[in-house]
Amino acid sequence: MQKEAAIREPLILGHKTYHDVTEDVCRPIEDKAPKMWYILFGIALVIGLYGVGSILYLLGTGVGVWGLNKTIGWAWDITNFVWWVGIGHAGTLISAVLLLFRQKWRMAINRSAEAMTIFAVFMAGTFPLIHMGRLWVGYWVMPIPNQFGSLWVNFNSPLLWDVFAISTYLSVSLVFWYIGLIPDFATIRDRAKKPLAKKMYGILSFGWSGRAKHWNRFELVSLVLAGLATPLVFSVHSIVSFDFATSVIPGWHTTIFPPYFVAGAVFSGFAMVQTLILIMRKAMGLEAYIHTKHVEYMNIVIMVTGSIVGTAYITELFISWYSGVEYESYAFINRATGPYWWAYWSMMTCNVISPQLMWIRRLRRSLLFTFFISIVVNIGMWFERYVIIVTSIHRDYIPAAWSMHFPSHIDIAIYIGTIGLFFVFFLLFARYFPVLALNEVKTILKGSGQSYKESPDYHKHH
Amino acid sequence: MSDKVLYVMYDDDEVLKNSAKQLVAKGVKISEVFSPFPIHGIDPIIGIKNTRLGIMAFLYGLTGLTLATVGMRYFMIVDWPMNIGGKPNFSYLDNMLAFIPITFEFTVMCAAHGMAITYLLRNKTLPGMPAQNPDPRTTDDKFVMEIRLSENNKVTEAELDGMLQEIGYLELDKKEIK
Repeated sequence: MQKEAAIREPLILGHKTYHDVTEDVCRPIEDKAPKMWYILFGIALVIGLYGVGSILYLLGTGVGVWGLNKTIGWAWDITNFVWWVGIGHAGTLISAVLLLFRQKWRMAINRSAEAMTIFAVFMAGTFPLIHMGRLWVGYWVMPIPNQFGSLWVNFNSPLLWDVFAISTYLSVSLVFWYIGLIPDFATIRDRAKKPLAKKMYGILSFGWSGRAKHWNRFELVSLVLAGLATPLVFSVHSIVSFDFATSVIPGWHTTIFPPYFVAGAVFSGFAMVQTLILIMRKAMGLEAYIHTKHVEYMNIVIMVTGSIVGTAYITELFISWYSGVEYESYAFINRATGPYWWAYWSMMTCNVISPQLMWIRRLRRSLLFTFFISIVVNIGMWFERYVIIVTSIHRDYIPAAWSMHFPSHIDIAIYIGTIGLFFVFFLLFARYFPVLALNEVKTILKGSGQSYKESPDYHKHH
Repeated sequence: MSDKVLYVMYDDDEVLKNSAKQLVAKGVKISEVFSPFPIHGIDPIIGIKNTRLGIMAFLYGLTGLTLATVGMRYFMIVDWPMNIGGKPNFSYLDNMLAFIPITFEFTVMCAAHGMAITYLLRNKTLPGMPAQNPDPRTTDDKFVMEIRLSENNKVTEAELDGMLQEIGYLELDKKEIK
């Protein structure tokens, strides 16, 4: 058991025992789902299906159904891709980086944040796949011997690096998440009364029995996976930023992109975690485990990464002028004062100003304010990608080729559809999976639980 | 050969650890401990060696690194060298910078998946495997020590019972195994 300073706020409120932790996490899974769950699930499903329908229409008709044109060959598709990948950065950061830093508050949120990550990366992966138009030849991105002589994929291309980065990130996150889930599934299995539930959770728990040797391996595997996933988190969004940074388009070919994208990704990912967790803790009665202190910690991460993003915006602006390159300066002047000024200033307001409000203790501990800001941040981060992508290319070198981008209803439907699908997945997760790493939380109960911290023996023993 | 197994249950990890310490000091061999979460410090007491999965992860990573290097050298330099904007394509070293991202990703992928698969196989935790914990409560809030009589020739069952009485426990369950 680890020692902890007495003045540190307890991470688990109330007087919980090991059994209470199990009860609190398992009860929502075992009870009937509340009516609200069905309503939300229905809404998400309808929106998701509309998105799937739009994707099928796109595949049947061609990428021409998007609002792209000769000048703007990339718009909402890649914007949504980068947005979703960015959101998918919080989960693994919370579980991997915070594990290496031994941050115990991660244990209450890592499970749902990782689930969020995996579903977000699913959504992200959809966009490059459907962008191919001919989805059924999607396997051509793999270096597979073929009839073309063998013509290989181009390993010099950042787009191929993306293929490897995203597939590694998705599969490693999935494994990391599942390895942690196995013991918790075993808990549900051993409590289950209905035969079907017992059988299903029996299969999902892989026959986990909690032997000492298994726990010894479990801890090492978690640690090594965290060590592997930490550089992975940073590499993935760096590689996503290479899609732009290695090009020759003014506004894109910036060396600042990799760190700036990574910070932005963490920023938006934590915002999405806040949005989901603030609702989840209330709906599932987990207020004792995920409380103001957790929200405050996450808000501090949002503040720090938001400040990095803000600094990057201003650096970019300064360098575009300082470089003396006419094209580079124009790209940025056009962003701020051109026809897309509203997108630029929305981005600036949402991403630069709003996180600075978190310096105020009262605001960063206010759940309502946090919820509001978390949505503002994700709107801002969508605009960031839109601004980078569309405003950099819409004014081509020849004025005759200048253009504007207007999304078609398919653009909008697919984007909204992925949000629907994301919530379908997340709601299913919240209904059938343990949303809290319950067995891991038990390990910090004595060190960071309120009743143990307040007991008179707490200091004598340690 | 018939054997008798004692399942000694506790409701606290620290208490179990102390009891295990006392039993081991008296020369009792504890074959297994079942717990809902890892009990830190139990492994050396009951004589469990540290896992070598970390070494395996390193070896899997090395495999990934080698495969990625050999593969990309073959695809891009040997089999079908492409001239992209006059960038060097005649030697691996000249072109290596462009290969670093995928080399890294592939190394991580092999290390992570290799280790995870080995972990599941070594644990024999696979889809459809039956649960082996002696009591369903050991995945909730109970902690169980397993003591096999066949592994404890120096003490009789009665002596063991006496020791357990002295040390204390929550529940004691005995099972005959044929």
